Amino acid sequence: MTLPGPPLWLLAELTYRCPLHCVFCYNPVDFAAHEQELSTEDWLRTLREARELGAVQCGFSGGEPMLRADLEILVAEAHRLGYYTNLLTSGVGLTEKRARILRSAGLDHIQLSLQDSTREMNDFLSHTRTFDLKQRCARIIKEHGWPMVLNVVMHRLNIDHIGRIIEMADQLGAEYVELANSQYYSWAELNREHLLPTREQLQRAEAVTNEWRERLGERMKLFFVVPDYYETRPKKCMNGWGNVFLTITPDGTALPCHTARMLPGLAFPNVRDMSLREIWYDSEGFNRYRGTGWMKEPCRSCPEKEKDYGGCRCQAYMLAGDPAAADPVCDKSALHHVVTEAVERAQKGLLETRPLIFRTPDESRRLLART
Amino acid sequence: MNPAGARPCLNPLFRMQWEQAQQSWVLLYPEGMVKLNQSAAEILRRCDGERDMQGIVTDLEQAFSATGLAADVNAFLEIARAQRWVVWK
Ligand code: SF4
Ligand code: SF4
Repeated sequence: MTLPGPPLWLLAELTYRCPLHCVFCYNPVDFAAHEQELSTEDWLRTLREARELGAVQCGFSGGEPMLRADLEILVAEAHRLGYYTNLLTSGVGLTEKRARILRSAGLDHIQLSLQDSTREMNDFLSHTRTFDLKQRCARIIKEHGWPMVLNVVMHRLNIDHIGRIIEMADQLGAEYVELANSQYYSWAELNREHLLPTREQLQRAEAVTNEWRERLGERMKLFFVVPDYYETRPKKCMNGWGNVFLTITPDGTALPCHTARMLPGLAFPNVRDMSLREIWYDSEGFNRYRGTGWMKEPCRSCPEKEKDYGGCRCQAYMLAGDPAAADPVCDKSALHHVVTEAVERAQKGLLETRPLIFRTPDESRRLLART
Repeated sequence: MNPAGARPCLNPLFRMQWEQAQQSWVLLYPEGMVKLNQSAAEILRRCDGERDMQGIVTDLEQAFSATGLAADVNAFLEIARAQRWVVWK
């Protein structure tokens, strides 16, 4: 195999602490077992080592990254090293003062998200507390000259309000809005039956989005992402395993994608024990699913294998029980029916009587105790 | 159409820089990156809000001892504007 290219993206998940409890949270369900956070020194070293390898985009996320008191120090160092710095936040904790410090530390971009599916969305739609918070954040973002990027996770419970959501995004002065359907990993997988929209909902939402696109013209760019369960080819997950993305979790574990820790039989290295160079080029965790050599049928002899690299390893593991299988979203997979059956159940309405599971440390510990 | 006489300028929401690891110029923006080929980079570097299109063409023709670059520059700037890489002053 040829030597892999450098990691171009560093995703620094600074903490799993979070004031919100989103039912589709992408953090691992067992996050409560990995709360030993890296020190400031460890993060500074990680930023330097990744930059030396060639990383140029740096995303600070979490949890809620604003809960780290050293965020400004990390942003300043990332900026000094020449990264383009992105902060992914719910806006909780973004005060005028903090924004000013982050701006002078060189933060390039804030992505403000609207996430908590029920209460937050209701608040937002009914113009109450959260809407005020988002408005304040949006104003701060604009006043500091940052691009105004809004991210809204879409699902069965809010997708019918998409027109209203876009209208409010416009009132907030957003320039880019991502309306991305939740992907069914982690907490969203637990809650999948509640979150997967119907085909009809999706079609309506896309139509509404298109109407708004015409109305808004150049003022705002809208990105609408359908759930991959409705596709017949899988996504090129992370643009290829260990290809451009390098995620560091709050406890320092290095992953090719933020959910990869769920995969069985793979040990992922920690930045406390190993240099990023060794991690990226030499570790088992990063090499296992690189390229196409690990593939089984139908991927191995498939003419499209370079196009999607067989889809997502986590989804293959979750839905087919084997991380080296084809992602069952692909209609060439023998297990594609697992996906179509979930989609069919979604058409019929909720069969599940179990309530939504909110992402809290207590739930996480409860789920841990069960395994 | 690119506005005649106006001066293109890199959109302040984008940042252009040389990346050693990729041996190329890249354009950075929120959660994204484009790798620029050499001619794109040479044109964009000259979009400083000072020069108009004719100025950029003249400058490039001198720097690379070439002639007849106007059409290429014009075509690229059309793309760059549609992508919001440049704004016009
Ligand atoms: S998805 Fe929600 S709960 Fe999870 S980290 Fe983001 S804001 Fe917090
Ligand atoms: S068989 Fe595998 S490689 Fe081919 S399209 Fe499906 S997932 Fe992709």
